[in-house]
Amino acid sequence: MPALVARLRGRYDRNLWFAIFVGPFVLGLLVFVYVPIVWSVVLSFFDARNTVTPTDFVGLANYLDMLRDSAFRSSLLTFVVFALFIVPTTFVASLGLALLVNRTRFARTFFRSVFFLPTACSYVVASLIWKLSIFNGVRFGLANTVLGWFGVEPIAWLSVTQPPWYWLVIVSARMWLQAGFYMILFLAGLQRIAPSLYEAAAIDGATGWKVLRYITLPQLRATSTAVLLLLLINAFQAFDEFYNLLSSSGQYPPYARPPLVYLYYAALGQGQDFGHGSAGAVLLTLLIALVALVQGRFLGLGRRED
Amino acid sequence: MASIQRSRAVRAGSVLRYVVLMAGAVLFLLPFYLLVRNGLSTEQDITSPNWTFFPSSLQWSNIADLFNDPTVPIGRSLINSLVISVVQTVGVLVISGLAGYGLARIPFRYANAVFYFIVATLLIPAAVTFVPSFVLVSTLGWVSTLRGLIVPGLFQAFATFLFRQYFLNFPRELEEAAQLDGTAYWGTFWRIVVPNSTGFIAAIGTITFIGSWNAFLWPLVIAPDQNAWTVQIALSTFLTAQTINLPQLFVAACVAILPLVVMFVFLQRWIVEGVERSGISE
Repeated sequence: MPALVARLRGRYDRNLWFAIFVGPFVLGLLVFVYVPIVWSVVLSFFDARNTVTPTDFVGLANYLDMLRDSAFRSSLLTFVVFALFIVPTTFVASLGLALLVNRTRFARTFFRSVFFLPTACSYVVASLIWKLSIFNGVRFGLANTVLGWFGVEPIAWLSVTQPPWYWLVIVSARMWLQAGFYMILFLAGLQRIAPSLYEAAAIDGATGWKVLRYITLPQLRATSTAVLLLLLINAFQAFDEFYNLLSSSGQYPPYARPPLVYLYYAALGQGQDFGHGSAGAVLLTLLIALVALVQGRFLGLGRRED
Repeated sequence: MASIQRSRAVRAGSVLRYVVLMAGAVLFLLPFYLLVRNGLSTEQDITSPNWTFFPSSLQWSNIADLFNDPTVPIGRSLINSLVISVVQTVGVLVISGLAGYGLARIPFRYANAVFYFIVATLLIPAAVTFVPSFVLVSTLGWVSTLRGLIVPGLFQAFATFLFRQYFLNFPRELEEAAQLDGTAYWGTFWRIVVPNSTGFIAAIGTITFIGSWNAFLWPLVIAPDQNAWTVQIALSTFLTAQTINLPQLFVAACVAILPLVVMFVFLQRWIVEGVERSGISE
């Protein structure tokens, strides 16, 4: 018995120390990440209305229902539309800001701080400003006041059920919140470009756009790929601003429901239908894991550096 | 001649750059201004059809009114948010810091398997798992409790991953000097490694705090009871309600962002480092 204990503890008690250092985290991960996911996969094969310990096995029925559900498919479409708006605009805005700030010597820290400051804001606070002050749809709103100077009639930004106006509100809010964050990533990327490359380009007489096109952008490729994938994955998980901008007194309109908003109402709404909700969660997880796998490969997760 | 023209072009370019930067800065600061302006206005000033940059009078009493209004649980929700954010930040730093160090430095036959067990969860973003997490946490009976709000957020695989990468690059000589003295892993970690890693710990700590303070979906799902509302949920509830007290809501939002704005002013260096580390792990 003592021999077994000694073996378990390892040489110099290494196994014991490994357990003490890594154990709490692994245990927590097991209970609060793995257990729920496995449980959810199980639930997705059962009829689980208002119960989390169902007995009625339904096979793949929940999955087929989800794929047939037009609301589920339209939530995926909403994500695609949203991503088409938010990914390129935020990418260009944050890259542009980084290039401008990077070349600035005077008041550089000031500008960087100003563009980065919105990261301190939550989506709730941004939605509040956007919904009640800038785009509030009546004449006293800031956007409508500015439009009024040019003789444009007030627009009911968020109450028009047809696109594009609500998209403008949603996308501009997220862009304001996120552009500074990605600008920081681009600035870090720009700092890593060797000055000798620029010196060589200057000797060759390259200026302005040519330097940008042939030196800066190619050197930023790794950063750009990372930013694109982060933008995409974050867009897939959009919830806060949609919920806060579009819902009122407990009601969310039937349109503009991205995947997580759809899932929120499907699984935790009135029905508490955990079977269908779990099936939806599994499908969305598979979808995003696919995207993340690409990202994981890019980031080289798990590569030992020593 | 050519060089003079060239330097003129450069100067014109740099003037243009500052004009664009200033315009951008004004646009980015405008929402903050609106927050403060509306928070210190009367309802009439906010809804006046003639938009003015400055309100006709500054209503400092809005702040006191907010905290004295018994129907608005702002004080309670601020305390909840503070407790959750502080406990989660400290918890993540300790739990992930220890795990990251163990993975980086303590030889263990199955360390690689454990590492893959951890990074596999990185493929699944926390937000998508809110349905299963809700099922688990409600089964534990933790709905609308601080435990339910805090504990599931303590186990951040990404923080552990970042700590491991950081400790792999920690100078071994420092640790070896300590180990010669007969100090074991535990002592080396707390007495040598932690005091020499304060910058990195501050970077991870600040971004964890920001994420925790601004979290919305999980508190919305798990804390329907008013006593457990975080400040984000309190704001959201009044924002999406039928009748809205505009000045009160705006002044509440000012109060809600104040802690993070202060952090951004004084700890920006660490936050920027945290963002860089979390954006691209190299």
